[in-house]
Amino acid sequence: MIELRIHGRGGQGAVVASKTLAHAAFLTGRYVQSYPDYGVERRGAPVVAFARIAEPGDDFFVRQDIREPHHILVLDATLLDSASPLAGLRAGGFVVVNTPDPPEQLGIGTCFQVATVDASGIALRHGLGSAAQPVVNTSILGAFVRVTQIVSLVDLLAAIELEVPAKARENQAAAREAHDQAVVGAPA
Amino acid sequence: MSERLLLTGNHAAAYGAMLARAEVISAYPITPQTMIVELLSELTASGRLAAKFITVESEHSAMAACVGASAAGARAYTATSGQGLALMHEMLHWAVGARLPIVLTNVSRAMAPGWSIWSDQTDIISQRDVGWMMLFAESVQEAQDFIIWMYRVAEQVFLPGMVAMDAFILSHTAEPIIVHDQDAVDAYLPGFEPLYDLDPTQPRAYGGLVNRDHYFELRYKIFESMERAGRLLIEAGDEFAEILGRRYSPVEGYMLDDAEIVIVSAGAMTSNVRQADKDLRDRGMKAGLMRLVAFRPFPVAEVRRLLAGRRKVAVLDRNMSPGHSGVFAQEIRSALAGQSGAPPVYGYVVGLGGRDVRVETVTEVVDDLMARDVPELALFVDVKGLPIGPVRPDSTINRLGPLEVAR
Repeated sequence: MIELRIHGRGGQGAVVASKTLAHAAFLTGRYVQSYPDYGVERRGAPVVAFARIAEPGDDFFVRQDIREPHHILVLDATLLDSASPLAGLRAGGFVVVNTPDPPEQLGIGTCFQVATVDASGIALRHGLGSAAQPVVNTSILGAFVRVTQIVSLVDLLAAIELEVPAKARENQAAAREAHDQAVVGAPA
Repeated sequence: MSERLLLTGNHAAAYGAMLARAEVISAYPITPQTMIVELLSELTASGRLAAKFITVESEHSAMAACVGASAAGARAYTATSGQGLALMHEMLHWAVGARLPIVLTNVSRAMAPGWSIWSDQTDIISQRDVGWMMLFAESVQEAQDFIIWMYRVAEQVFLPGMVAMDAFILSHTAEPIIVHDQDAVDAYLPGFEPLYDLDPTQPRAYGGLVNRDHYFELRYKIFESMERAGRLLIEAGDEFAEILGRRYSPVEGYMLDDAEIVIVSAGAMTSNVRQADKDLRDRGMKAGLMRLVAFRPFPVAEVRRLLAGRRKVAVLDRNMSPGHSGVFAQEIRSALAGQSGAPPVYGYVVGLGGRDVRVETVTEVVDDLMARDVPELALFVDVKGLPIGPVRPDSTINRLGPLEVAR
């Protein structure tokens, strides 16, 4: 079983990112679980969402917070200023961050594998959200599936069609562009 | 054709109401239930569900609208949560007394204040004595299926029923489920036949004054119908397996056959008890689970049969009755009282207000259980800074000064 945690801010699409990624794995026949850790939702406030993806053939899950994820997605790099986004991440796990900066500049250390992508810039180029608040979820998923290979880009694009029916084409194009542009740091 | 879809618990409940062909839906939005009635409103507006959706100004009115609709012969459904269920309370009684088989989904949430939207059984447990049947779902699949199962029983005994699902842990979790074939559900659940028709050409009064020489018998019949519902839940659970492919029953055992230690649980946290049982078995402990699926009618006979002769029983309550103990623990003790071979019952209060009840929480409970020799009514688990144990009344009492008695 693979456990993931997604950190974002209200309005960026962290919850939809969790559901879309789970849906992509579901389309390949795997058992999945996707859920948000809601507070009382506000735009801009930190939001956390989770996903579990079972090994093929397994269909049993627990129902508890994910404290030791295999990988982490960070939809807003300013969230890294507090320590919590990386809490519990397993050694060797991927941290995929929305930032124009290269992985080495984030100062995340050597225990984890770091990848970056300018998801905000890509989202804006495809008309997703506003300059003040780009909707970066599908872009960062494109980068995430490239570096982790948890699902294929084809499965992700199919899941985007189902989970993000409004502007599906634009979201798919953004995911594809981010898939190609993701920068992977030196191996852990 | 049945379909395999990735749905949240809330959307699964909406699918359950749609598959059951609810004809009147009346609801007031409340977190974390709102997604249920949002989807039902869309399904009704698009014509996919042939139902009347009545928007109202409160949950009290929502249940009143369901009472009227059901009395007129329509299959009525609503959904609510927490404070909303509490506001419905008076009309919940009405549905029972009028013998109306309404079904509602309660996304169980903690009661305010302090304001909390997270999982807790206190809201539904507070409606224990009203006369509604009560089922506790453990999965998103069950959030859908139990609505259908409940209608099949409700419309045979003319009592209403509610299905509880945990706030967020089920309501907002998406997982794969089977959405049943409509024709198969129709075969399982034929159209609602009301006891009496409301007919303007033959006016009748309902809900009038009942003198002292009749009221007792009305209540007796409610009790009698609830007893019958216990048997029908088993029968309808078997029929569900025949027609819709999944077997349901009021009580479920897991790793129970040779278990010396039994954990009793209801709702979503039960999934973590299953994993804990596996972990405890790996440690060489004979641990098992008895899951309460039905809370009303309470499955007394099954509880006695399944718990007799066990070494120790730990009951997990995501609720508590201040001044006594967790309510599931009370009910289990009550069912076992005076039975030969009745095991000692230890009550554990866990997870209030959505605090994470983890697999390791359950194994810690069992470790605590093994270390105790005397059953305790209410042992609190995961209170900040405190080990598992009973409350410590002397630590927080605000004592008044000594009384000055005038002589």
